[in-house]
Amino acid sequence: MLTLRRFFATLGPGTLWLLVFLVLPLLIVLGYSLLTRTDVGQVGLPVTLENWQRVFGYDALFEEFVPDNLLVLWRSVWVAGLSTLLCVALGYPLAFYIASQPQRRKNLLLLLLIIPFWTNFLIRVYAWIIILRPLGLYPSTLAVLLGMTYAYLPFFVLPVYSSVEKVDWRLVEAAEDLGATPVRAFWAAVFPQTLPGLVAGVILTFVPALGTFVVSDILGGAKTALVGNLIQNQFGQSGDWAYGSALSFLLLGVVLLGLWLYARAAGQRGLEELV
Amino acid sequence: MSVQGVSKSFGPGSVVLDDIDLDIRRGEFFSLLGPSGCGKTTLLRILAGFEQPTSGQVLIGGRDMGGVPPHLRPVNTVFQSYALFPHLNVYDNVAFGLKMKGVPAAQQRERVARALETVRIQDFAKRRPDQLSGGQRQRVALARAIVLEPEVLLLDEPLSALDLKLRKELQVELSNLQETLGITFVFVTHDQEEALVMSDRIAVMNRGRVEQLGRAEELYERPRTAFVAGFLGSSNLISGTVHELTPGGAVIRTVHGPLTTRHVSGLRVGQEVVLSIRPEKLRMERDDETEGNEVRARVDDIVYTGAENQYLLQASGQSLVAFQLNADIGADEDFDYDEEVALYLPPESLVVLDG
Repeated sequence: MLTLRRFFATLGPGTLWLLVFLVLPLLIVLGYSLLTRTDVGQVGLPVTLENWQRVFGYDALFEEFVPDNLLVLWRSVWVAGLSTLLCVALGYPLAFYIASQPQRRKNLLLLLLIIPFWTNFLIRVYAWIIILRPLGLYPSTLAVLLGMTYAYLPFFVLPVYSSVEKVDWRLVEAAEDLGATPVRAFWAAVFPQTLPGLVAGVILTFVPALGTFVVSDILGGAKTALVGNLIQNQFGQSGDWAYGSALSFLLLGVVLLGLWLYARAAGQRGLEELV
Repeated sequence: MSVQGVSKSFGPGSVVLDDIDLDIRRGEFFSLLGPSGCGKTTLLRILAGFEQPTSGQVLIGGRDMGGVPPHLRPVNTVFQSYALFPHLNVYDNVAFGLKMKGVPAAQQRERVARALETVRIQDFAKRRPDQLSGGQRQRVALARAIVLEPEVLLLDEPLSALDLKLRKELQVELSNLQETLGITFVFVTHDQEEALVMSDRIAVMNRGRVEQLGRAEELYERPRTAFVAGFLGSSNLISGTVHELTPGGAVIRTVHGPLTTRHVSGLRVGQEVVLSIRPEKLRMERDDETEGNEVRARVDDIVYTGAENQYLLQASGQSLVAFQLNADIGADEDFDYDEEVALYLPPESLVVLDG
């Protein structure tokens, strides 16, 4: 008992915060996923692994295998991935453009980037229906992709912009002086300096895109459910909180796996500076 | 390397370089010396290709560099900020230029190793720039530039960020290195001592112009303008009128009486001139043997600097400075406050400045 008290006494406020608001809730969700649905929105005993079996497509007795969940998950990953890629393609040059402007114009452009947040997210996504319907693109996966890219672009641009602002351009001259063409000088001297921002931007775009249910719900129609819709459904209409909890752990697992792979690919350094 | 009539202005009314002509010899250690804002760094950037001259041209090895971008010029630069790539280790920083030029890998390794050894930094090859001291970074910047064996190495105040002791060490190393490599060095500095110690020739720059160009002794002993006399070391300036031209000299009438100088060219009687004499060339004497070229003065202040005593003197309403080698405590050569002295100005040390 004494040692436990000492343990809590030595915790920093940050750790304590994470314990109370992250670890504890996650443990509660984990607990839910191991219980049985009783009534709508209620869980109770007995403790069971059935929810987890269902997540991976099996029934209670391992007799049937229906991989619908995994297909939905796969679709979620590549839609989120593709929209992240679009954010990079649009947002990376945009960040450079904004950073290259004089201070007053810079502030104006940043403001323009943030202004959409003043309007409710739902309304902004609904607005895309009006744009896409006449083009025959609503509802479709493409519509979801466009909506996601639109929704998360600012989250990508802002961290990249702050990296670009800090770029030491003298390194470009050094690279050119050492024989690099302007293009190679960019990749050798500028790109590595923007890597921390790029890493942050990709994470801030990909992770929420993977879990979204609003965009796919509104723009995708019934056929293009994503893993976010699946989870939302369990906690909403279906009222199966136990199964929903297990599904959300599947999503969490994919996100962590994705981050791990990404950290390895982007190199330790990028993440170090991010944290 | 030749600079012909190079001018640079950033918009009307801001002339940074005004009609610069320089001929820099192959294998020479050449310094551009001047105060900040004199245009020396701009000139260096024009040589490197980062800036285009408004008019005039730069030739390197006889080839016109007009329109040649930095990465195609046979020059390399050591930057004031070093500009090392922070994400690359020492080895990769030095290998960078070789990679860009497509040098085969085996040859790269050999040349990088040689360059690292030349600047004695081979033990730090695996470190990143933020794990190095200022002096070590300086060496890496140097290695990164010399590994490409440029025709001309441009150095932009490379020692200014280092402390005094390290700076002195590197001054000696740099000039030794230049002799061994035989590469032409163009060295930009605002530190007159640095320029005097290291250079074969120095161009003293002021307000976008070359005030005087020559070897260190020439500039110091025979400054042609008041700016050069004041910027390199300190100097006593005495104005006067040409009174008489004598064989091999002239007599100048000044507030201190007539003074004879040995340095005359194109003077005419009645011309207003300024004489310059270095403080260490003034001889302070007690006795009154008049041998000419003497000025009566009174000791106003004494600054003891260790190796020498610096006397501030008042003579006919003008302040003069004289440096005397330190003899010993209480020695005859020591003068006291308010003491009346005779200052002897050797005619061969009195230089007539232009204008």
